[in-house]
Amino acid sequence: MREIHVSAISDAVKKLCMEANWDLGPDMLRAFDQALKTERSPAGKQVLEMLKENAQIARTQKIPYCQDTGFVVCFAELGQDVHITGGLLTDAINTGVSQGYTEGYLRASIVKSPFDRKNTGDNTPAVIHLDAVPGGNVKLMVMAKGGGCENRSKYKMLTPADGPEGVKNFILEVIKTAGPDACPPLIAGVGVGGTFEKAAILSKKALFREIGSPNPDPALDAIEKEVLDKANRLGIGPQGYGGDTTAFAVHILTYPCHITSLPVAVTIECHAHRHKEVTL
Amino acid sequence: MIKLAADGIKEVTTPLSDADVESLKSGDRVRLFGVLYTARDAAHGRLIALLDEGKPLPIDVKGQIIYYTGPSPARPGMVIGSVGPTTGGRMDKYAPRLLALGLKGMIGKGARSEPVREAMKRHKAVYFGAVGGAGAYLSRYVKKVEIVAYEDLGTEAIRRMAVEGFPAIVVNDCHGNDLYQEGMKAYAR
Repeated sequence: MREIHVSAISDAVKKLCMEANWDLGPDMLRAFDQALKTERSPAGKQVLEMLKENAQIARTQKIPYCQDTGFVVCFAELGQDVHITGGLLTDAINTGVSQGYTEGYLRASIVKSPFDRKNTGDNTPAVIHLDAVPGGNVKLMVMAKGGGCENRSKYKMLTPADGPEGVKNFILEVIKTAGPDACPPLIAGVGVGGTFEKAAILSKKALFREIGSPNPDPALDAIEKEVLDKANRLGIGPQGYGGDTTAFAVHILTYPCHITSLPVAVTIECHAHRHKEVTL
Repeated sequence: MIKLAADGIKEVTTPLSDADVESLKSGDRVRLFGVLYTARDAAHGRLIALLDEGKPLPIDVKGQIIYYTGPSPARPGMVIGSVGPTTGGRMDKYAPRLLALGLKGMIGKGARSEPVREAMKRHKAVYFGAVGGAGAYLSRYVKKVEIVAYEDLGTEAIRRMAVEGFPAIVVNDCHGNDLYQEGMKAYAR
């Protein structure tokens, strides 16, 4: 049995939170460059150029890419041969969030109660999804999830008769209604199948895949590419000012589902697509 | 006051007059100079509560621009942290009341409701779009910041920001034009 002290978890989460907010991933920077080659709209091009410069300033000066430094969503995979010592895993993750946001000059955006709306002051707690996996490692995947795009995420219970066409139409409808509000170019994380909550969690996890990488399932890959192409014909464009770059990617994850159901969840993610992961 | 710079961009200095607002058209690129007041959800809630009680506001909005933003904390030695726009539509419930008091501009991102666009036509006001998610980039145009109300709200406090050349684009003008609708129509295929 391998022992990992909670301080190692906290230190890792702290670092992931800060780096996610300062250092946009190379896949996103490639997506900006790729879009600049095809974007016809002058206003859209200006936005993409500004976002590239914004990423550069954020990385070099350690200023968050976006002032909304997000809700921390943490997928933790705990190897069954690991014993966490010194405290609780979830407390350790939240300690890391608190330290990362306080010491990294990141914005505190979480209110303790949805009704009285008093800020917790250190961006805790995180939303934590814990999975038990084989082995002696702990994998921590952290996302700083922006609120404006999250507000445009949607869920629908389709019927089996709606089939793949129904799923494609729904994803496209969600991207269209998100429009300029969700800071396009967007990424759509899609969860299909499972139960109500399973589809929603999958839609978040789908966002961790590298932008531009194919879905390992050829049938899903074809759906992703078709919806992405249609999304980029909507005309919404960067920031909604009109253009060809409305979305950078559609990522789908599926799970077995009940004979009566076809649940679809779409998490809308903005171009401030901030996530990092580490294996301890 | 508005003057056209050599590069074709309109340089807008606060406060704004009705004539200034009338000269701005959707799609115009602008650089903003002068003062921007920051306010988002929680601050708007408090401002409207004061109006409901017939009490004075902590800021005079006449001729001014409100920037919908909640900045990230400044590092030591810096003026401000990241400071991009938040979604304007969440302030739709409140905006017409402030426009009736003479507010001339709002900066945000995302579409506004029909009642807000009507109020902008009626009271002569403009909605600017700043690039959402470009908070680090936009921080360079903020030269001075002070909290003027609701410090307890943290990032949601009302701040007076002095800006020089803050880049934005006119989304909704006071003539009823909407860059989002026009842009989408032009590029849909």
